[in-house]
Amino acid sequence: MASATVARPRGEMRFVRSRAALLLGLLLCVGALLLAMLASIAFGAADISAATVWQAIFAFDQSSTSHLIIRTLRIPRAVVAAIVGAALGVAGAMMQGLTRNPLADTGILGIETGAALSVVCAVQFLGISSISLYAIFAFIGAALTAAAVYGLGSLGRGGPTPLKVTVAGAAITAFLSSITTGLLIFNQRTLEEVRFWMAGSVAGRDLKLLVQASPYLIVGFVLALALGRQITTLSLGDDVAKGLGQRTGWVKILAAIATVLLAGCAVAVAGPIGFVGLVIPHMVRFFVGVDYRWVLPYCALVGACFLIMSDVVARLVIRPSEVPVGIMTALIGGPFFIYLVRWRVKR
Amino acid sequence: MQQPWITLRLGQTSIRIDRRVPFIFVVCILATLSAMVINIGVGEYPIPAIDVVKTVLHIPTGEEDYNFIVNTLRLPRMLVAALVGLALGISGAIMQGLTRNPLADPSIIGISSGASLVAVSILVLFKGISSNYLPFAAFGGALLVAFAIYMLAWRGGDSPIRLILVGVGLGAITSAATSMMITFGNINDVQRALIWLTGSVYARSWGEFWPLFMWVLVFAPLACFLARDLNALNLGEDVARGLGSNVTYKRGLLLIVAVALAAATVAAAGTIGFVGLMAPHIARRLVGPDHSGMLPVAAMVGALVVVCADLVGRTLFAPIELPCGLITAAIGAPFFVYLLWRQRKS
Amino acid sequence: MGTLHTEALELAYDSNVIIQHMNVSIPSGKITALIGPNGCGKSTLLRGLARLLQPRKGAAYIDGKAIHQMPTRELAKQLGILPQSPIAPEGLTVMELVAQGRYPHQSWFQQWSIEDEQAVEKALAITGMTEFRTRPVDALSGGQRQRAWIAMTLAQETPVILLDEPTTYLDLAHQVEVLQLLEHLNKEQGRTVVMVVHDLNHATRHAQHVIAMKAGKIVAAGVPNEVVTSELLQEVFGIDADIVPDPRTGVPLCIPYGLKGSSAGIKTTSLEAALANGTTS
Repeated sequence: MASATVARPRGEMRFVRSRAALLLGLLLCVGALLLAMLASIAFGAADISAATVWQAIFAFDQSSTSHLIIRTLRIPRAVVAAIVGAALGVAGAMMQGLTRNPLADTGILGIETGAALSVVCAVQFLGISSISLYAIFAFIGAALTAAAVYGLGSLGRGGPTPLKVTVAGAAITAFLSSITTGLLIFNQRTLEEVRFWMAGSVAGRDLKLLVQASPYLIVGFVLALALGRQITTLSLGDDVAKGLGQRTGWVKILAAIATVLLAGCAVAVAGPIGFVGLVIPHMVRFFVGVDYRWVLPYCALVGACFLIMSDVVARLVIRPSEVPVGIMTALIGGPFFIYLVRWRVKR
Repeated sequence: MQQPWITLRLGQTSIRIDRRVPFIFVVCILATLSAMVINIGVGEYPIPAIDVVKTVLHIPTGEEDYNFIVNTLRLPRMLVAALVGLALGISGAIMQGLTRNPLADPSIIGISSGASLVAVSILVLFKGISSNYLPFAAFGGALLVAFAIYMLAWRGGDSPIRLILVGVGLGAITSAATSMMITFGNINDVQRALIWLTGSVYARSWGEFWPLFMWVLVFAPLACFLARDLNALNLGEDVARGLGSNVTYKRGLLLIVAVALAAATVAAAGTIGFVGLMAPHIARRLVGPDHSGMLPVAAMVGALVVVCADLVGRTLFAPIELPCGLITAAIGAPFFVYLLWRQRKS
Repeated sequence: MGTLHTEALELAYDSNVIIQHMNVSIPSGKITALIGPNGCGKSTLLRGLARLLQPRKGAAYIDGKAIHQMPTRELAKQLGILPQSPIAPEGLTVMELVAQGRYPHQSWFQQWSIEDEQAVEKALAITGMTEFRTRPVDALSGGQRQRAWIAMTLAQETPVILLDEPTTYLDLAHQVEVLQLLEHLNKEQGRTVVMVVHDLNHATRHAQHVIAMKAGKIVAAGVPNEVVTSELLQEVFGIDADIVPDPRTGVPLCIPYGLKGSSAGIKTTSLEAALANGTTS
């Protein structure tokens, strides 16, 4: 049997109900995000006091090394982490709402692996070696893989069931990563060049890269947030949404475009960072409920906080060296995935 | 009316097997043997097929070098390839039967990646260690992850779907840890680890063959012994229980067999993906879904696939050798698509 | 032969107790129908009787022996169960499926005895599946498929057969087909049949004993004429229904007119609740 039902608990708990409370929560999240960014700027390999951080931001002194570190390394890093985290959180929520699959995530569904293969090919065959060019290829790879996994998972009886899409993602991951490894075996130089990118990191990313990606990111965010109401309806199921008069085809296409734009840009900027898109929407839905008009903005903020904090932890665990944040999120998110399977998959 | 199966009865003893099994089983064995002979003959130093057979059987051929090349270099590699395929075929068939999911495969759910993590960690972290320990470590890793999958999927009862999904999740975690090793390791160690990860029977010797052989010798017959129980479980848990099968015990036993076989292959040859997915499907097409006939056929089909993949990998870009895991993945992924496509029609 | 009864049986899923302190006995050699609203525990009771569900407390007995203490294989020779809408593996032929019914009678050395073969042939003949024996189960129509599964349960050659909603998802003709088959089995072979059914008229028409359940408790049990009354339907299902004698057979026939009691009309559910439930799939 190739179909599975992944049950959500009935009458999912909600702590925040009224509109005012939801707005207040949103403001709290913004506050938390600012704190997280400050933490990200303050902690790092070099010990820099809070006062210096303050000065670097508001009274920049070009001759001070500490100030330079803050301005050129840490602030861009915090910003990149925030934006990538937000993009991944929203993309994850969109994916889960769109496919009605609580296990959907860019990492699980192989989209990261697709981006990685695309970058490896670019390095190997086109001799590309700048991170901003990686971004373009990562984006293409991510988009193609997303289409392939969703297409594969919807073949067969019952359309795209969570089990089928997940298994299709796992199979594609196995296939693509085997090709990636195959390519890397024969070329040590390529391996040397891409292996750190492949682990996923927000360190050392040029803000210019973010500027290049910003038009796509903005379109993605705006489209996603505008579709909140439609996604809520769609998450009741195709037939129900159609019955309620929704043009599901269009909504799906637009939502898919938004998702791919966001996930693709995230991969392009930071490399493969999995599980943010899995964990965040679940956390958010637990508190906010199932109305995507609220879920999506919350996901953006909480996703940003989560990735910044993961990045801070990744910097601190094996000082002075650091763990790529993509590995960090997998180590946090993987157990969460298993928890979901364990408690939500009834049979 | 002609019965669809052959029955043998001798006093109280009786055996029933699908009519198609004997013929197809023999054909598969012959095909595998021929592929092995061809594969042994091909290479930098080509040897005619007839001489290969003679040398293996220790019949003098007049060429001094043949004995070394065939019996020391190429034969053990071929035998490892065949045994790996055989074990993967059975392992995949058991997993698909147990989970009632035609897409289950040891490399898709996390077992293989557990083995990879341990092996890569050893290659990267312990520089001086002899690669002889690698198979044992990989085996331990596979068993550990399989055990973890089962424990985590267990919740007052086991569910095949949870088993697959927990496997996917654990696979993602172990892969992340593996990529950490790849990121930080010495570049040369990392490259060695990657070759191992792709799955290859390159330069396998009798030293790898014998341990694998012992595992297969124990677990492959055990699998066939449990075929009837697998048939019952394949109807679903409730039906199997209603038929008087001790579901939890039998399922656990079958799972151990499947994992032991998959782990042994990872230990001997790294992760060779998709064979466990393809072989059972081909076998089912050939002899139907009754496992008592299907398991042996799946085993032989698996052996044939791996031996052929190795042959292709050796000859396609000679003198560069592609790891056979790459070839099986390249065939396996379209096969996977085909499976999903076919499900659509029913 | 083939009497089932329970003593202080308690059945639960996880921490969710469905049936508490149940004492019920099921007459042998008759067709018994379990009726009741959704979630009343009738399928749970059936699963408990068939040891698919371990009792929390109490026990179920077959011919005086505790079901959950019997070796499962021994019980499988006494009692067959057909779960709700089972699914056969792809490509499995009817004959291979029916042959699976012999599982409890076989051992590794005795995989296909003459008795096995005869039992399978007989089961195929009774269910009228002989001509479809080599067809894959997944290529059959709904009614044929259900007959194939019943044939598997028959090949098990048990005095007691339990069926969970054997007519679900079948059209009217196929429903009649399956129910007549069960009646035939009961009359000709004296097998005890216990089935969960949703259609009350099926229960009264084909069963000699009806057990009505509500919220994990037995409300009434006995012959259809005594059990199925307007009062009972109001109590168990909360419906307003007339009971008229069936013009041909005289068994009670139920004609529902509407809901009765406090829950008249449909409860209004908020959009939020609808959304929360809608995602439960």
